[in-house]
Amino acid sequence: MNKQFFQSDLGTMLLFSVAILTMPVWLDPVGANYPDLLQKFAIFGIFAIGFNILFGLTGYLSFGHAVFLGVGSYTAVWSFKLLSMNVLPAIMFSMIIAGIFAIGIGYLCLRRSGIYFSILTLAFAQMSYNMAYSVLTPITNGETGLQLSSQDPRIVDNAFSDAVVEGLPSTNLFGMEMSGYPGFYFCAVLLIIAFFFSLRIFRSPFGMKLQAIKSNQTRMRYTGFNTRPYLLTAFVISGIYAGLAGSLLAVTDPLAGAERMQWTASGEVVLMTILGGMGTLVGPLLGVGIIKYFENIFSSLNSNRLHEIFSWLPDGLEDFVVTVVSHFVGEGWQLTLGLLFMLVVIFLPGGVMEGIRRTSTVIKNYNAKRSQNKEAVTAAASKESDDGK
Amino acid sequence: MSNDDKKFDELSRRGFLKAGAGVVAAASAPAFFMKDAWAADFRNNPGRSKTVKFGFNVPQSGAYADEGADELRAYKLAVKHINGEGDGGMLNTMKPISLKGDGILGKKLEYVTGDTQTKSDAARASAKRMIEKDGVLMVTGGSSSGVAIAVQSLCQEMGIVFMTGLTHSNDTTGKDKRRYGFRHMFNAHMSGSALGPVLKKEYGTDRQAYHLTADYTWGWTQEESIKNTTEAMGWKTTATVRTPVGAGDFSQYITPVLNSGADVLILNHYGKDMINSLTQAVQFGLRDKNVNGKNFEIIVPLFSRLMAQGAGDAIKGILGSTNWNWSLTDAGTKAFVKSFGQEYGFPPSQAAHTCYVQALQYADACQRAGTFYPPEVIKQLEGHKFDGMGNGPTEYRAEDHQAFKDVLVVRGNENPSSQFDLLKVEQIVPRSQVEYDAKIFGGELGPYVV
Repeated sequence: MNKQFFQSDLGTMLLFSVAILTMPVWLDPVGANYPDLLQKFAIFGIFAIGFNILFGLTGYLSFGHAVFLGVGSYTAVWSFKLLSMNVLPAIMFSMIIAGIFAIGIGYLCLRRSGIYFSILTLAFAQMSYNMAYSVLTPITNGETGLQLSSQDPRIVDNAFSDAVVEGLPSTNLFGMEMSGYPGFYFCAVLLIIAFFFSLRIFRSPFGMKLQAIKSNQTRMRYTGFNTRPYLLTAFVISGIYAGLAGSLLAVTDPLAGAERMQWTASGEVVLMTILGGMGTLVGPLLGVGIIKYFENIFSSLNSNRLHEIFSWLPDGLEDFVVTVVSHFVGEGWQLTLGLLFMLVVIFLPGGVMEGIRRTSTVIKNYNAKRSQNKEAVTAAASKESDDGK
Repeated sequence: MSNDDKKFDELSRRGFLKAGAGVVAAASAPAFFMKDAWAADFRNNPGRSKTVKFGFNVPQSGAYADEGADELRAYKLAVKHINGEGDGGMLNTMKPISLKGDGILGKKLEYVTGDTQTKSDAARASAKRMIEKDGVLMVTGGSSSGVAIAVQSLCQEMGIVFMTGLTHSNDTTGKDKRRYGFRHMFNAHMSGSALGPVLKKEYGTDRQAYHLTADYTWGWTQEESIKNTTEAMGWKTTATVRTPVGAGDFSQYITPVLNSGADVLILNHYGKDMINSLTQAVQFGLRDKNVNGKNFEIIVPLFSRLMAQGAGDAIKGILGSTNWNWSLTDAGTKAFVKSFGQEYGFPPSQAAHTCYVQALQYADACQRAGTFYPPEVIKQLEGHKFDGMGNGPTEYRAEDHQAFKDVLVVRGNENPSSQFDLLKVEQIVPRSQVEYDAKIFGGELGPYVV
């Protein structure tokens, strides 16, 4: 009964919610319990979940998903500048504008599939990046990034209060400041909602059709389905997820830069999804966790910290170990990440999720064998005693 | 499976309400985790702790990685000297001084490091990690004005003092200045004022200038400042072309220069970008050309020894300005070059120097204030005058937190006596010639207490 409950959707949701909301507790021992990193986990989790709806279900690999992330951020910051520091309008507008961008880009790119689709999305992303970087400088403020300023109009806020605040106002949800831990819990709740929607899509007839497109699109067409509307819907939904993630980046830290749209950012979400396990519900989140942890914690380890960590070794050995390890942490964190990625792709093509599945199968088999052996032994024993009689 | 689905549908409404209640309960949990924040009267108050921490946020990858590595070396040296280890470096020459070589206010100084990747997002994430997780008192470093401005505004919001590293844009202490940010480095406007008379003397008043500019805040303001200076003395500007940071290959930008009719190329580039663009410009034979009856010249308004090292022979005879050079002969420079050389085996760059001075000045301000409370420390730094740190008399101007001091005009050495002797100081331009009114760039410092 218990086992069944945990395998049901409700059980999954409950487990997931508890795991996400208690992150500050169980991430503390590994040094990842601080608001900024927790926020990043939640925000990029939403991004990767959305990406997985497109890539995991339909198999269409978009290499330009960071466009929607950037568009979401810019929209949110403009909403803070023009309307109000409240985060709700910012999030709403970001999702709408990202959705509109997704309709446009999706309509054009989805005319092709496979590698051509990937290249087309990459081209659009690179185009948007360059526009944001130089052509649209009045809207995006180029490389420096769009920031708040004390001269911003903020029409709604100023209409309701004429108190002069010194310095820059901060983003809020009806008065609750959106930095630090409250910001994390806000993102975490949105992550749980996003996960719920993704779960429903995976289980729905719509999700089945998307999976059918992945396995054989031609056959799907022969049975009378027009696949393009389904693909476009999946693309737009995944774009809106990215827009939401982008707006949350601006909510927790009101600044938007063009580098959020660069191809490296698009590549990062592909890495996250593949590393964690594409097409699985939780896999992309694991990928996000691993990559963000490497980027933030591994990159900050310097030789001083390493000496502390390895101080239990004898002196000569300690120096040797620190010298070797220091090449893989600090500025070498990308090297370690690359090695890990290669290992996963070669030995676990299904990502970390496949690793988990394999381990659990091994354990199950071992247990089954052990109980079988036990039975055999008892059977033999009873036989022996029979013989003795 | 369909059974499971059904079960979920039946439970979803009620179950969702229950889950919602759980979410609300969990959302009230932050109060528990934030208890430390309420106990402190300011962020990261060291209280009775025996140590304090600085955060060194430098580029360890990307176009400015060389500068970042040198900054980190200088910071480590500064920590040693503040803690009373090593030979003390500039602690022996700096005036006035309150530091005693036993840490700051009796607390031992420690540090954490991070990689800005020369990206605003990454730099802010790294600074946030230092502030939220490691509990640093002060953040310093960086080698890009875009990053400096982004981190400076973050530090203002967080109430943590930011001592900028290498940043030369007018905006850092101009329209984007902040109460919690201080800059020791000079800026593009000062480069323009210092270079102007020298350029006039060397190249005359009838010249056609072509700008290649790094496409971000520093490039823009430097282009503007140099353009204003040169146009005021009669030069014409043929074209200004923006190039992306970290472009690598500049040949597509340099070819048009040949046919533009310009006789001066101004490279508003820094770091690896400048190494690449200058080397390519020289390879394309620009300097051997004769345009409008005049020798073609290249100018690099912001120079550093690290870049000169990378560019090799290409820099010989090229004019530029710099914040500091290790070949100066005052006592402060000598002391710093000596202890840096003993530690690492080569002389420091201007990036290393400005970062070292910034760390020492912040530490000294805390010592003078007798507290780590940021508003008091800031008041100690504002308008503070000091000497003996390599640049002669220097002042952090209270109105915009920009340090004012003499500026060096340098030329790429034709006959270097060693692999480090690459820049020759052409002229030391006095402070009075580069000083300007703080109001010309606009901007607001913001409040002391955040």
